[in-house]
Amino acid sequence: MDAAAFVAELDAHRRYLLRVARLQLRDAELAEDVVQDTLLAALKARDGYTGASTVKTWLTGILKHKIVDAIRARQRAPVPMAQLDEETDLDDFDPLFKENGAWAARPGDWGDPEAALNRRQFFDVMELCLDQLPAKTARVFIMREVMDLDTAEICKELSITANNLWVILYRARMALRVCLEQKWFAGAAERSAAP
Amino acid sequence: MSARRTPSFPAMWHRLTHVISCKEASRLLSQSQDGPLGWLERARLRAHLALCQMCTRFAAQLRYMRTAMHRLRD
Repeated sequence: MDAAAFVAELDAHRRYLLRVARLQLRDAELAEDVVQDTLLAALKARDGYTGASTVKTWLTGILKHKIVDAIRARQRAPVPMAQLDEETDLDDFDPLFKENGAWAARPGDWGDPEAALNRRQFFDVMELCLDQLPAKTARVFIMREVMDLDTAEICKELSITANNLWVILYRARMALRVCLEQKWFAGAAERSAAP
Repeated sequence: MSARRTPSFPAMWHRLTHVISCKEASRLLSQSQDGPLGWLERARLRAHLALCQMCTRFAAQLRYMRTAMHRLRD
């Protein structure tokens, strides 16, 4: 089976795995996380699948381990914003991700940009979030996103390496999205319900 | 002096099928907003996104933020 066919085969079992995980965990979001982990682990361990059992059985075996892990890790504190502000190396502990590199908090579905981008308040919140970025990070991010300078120009302007620049931009985007999730999208449901 | 030699088949296979984590995928997604990725990185990212709804959402968030930042300028 080639890689694409194997991925399709794994994906075909997603609904089944989700049902099993939801029943066991009684938490829809956590169940989705666990199934995600399972599918990625299965893809990684492709060589470990010998064909002795069906793919479904094999996946169920992996899922069980992931459910046990999830139950153990359930008591996890949310990510405080302040931890993102430190201009540290990317390889340091990153509170947005678990030790295995999976998302610690699932990214939300922001929907259609046009819905929010027609509202004045959205930009007030975004400016507030930009203000909270460390000064150097914000400066670089504005050069890239608002002034639309390309990476070579920014590197030359600030005498930094391309790698340095990617790290700064990455950090800016991660901090901005966490801020927007907390300050805008978390309240989006209430706003749309209001008259 | 050690001559450059072609990597062994298992080593090449491993490089090609290396499955990246969400953390790595998120970095590549951010980087792809600033310039083209290499073919190997693109292949790894595509394979990851095919299975990962969370990174697919993150990718949509990146596009969202870019649109919003451009709108800030106008």
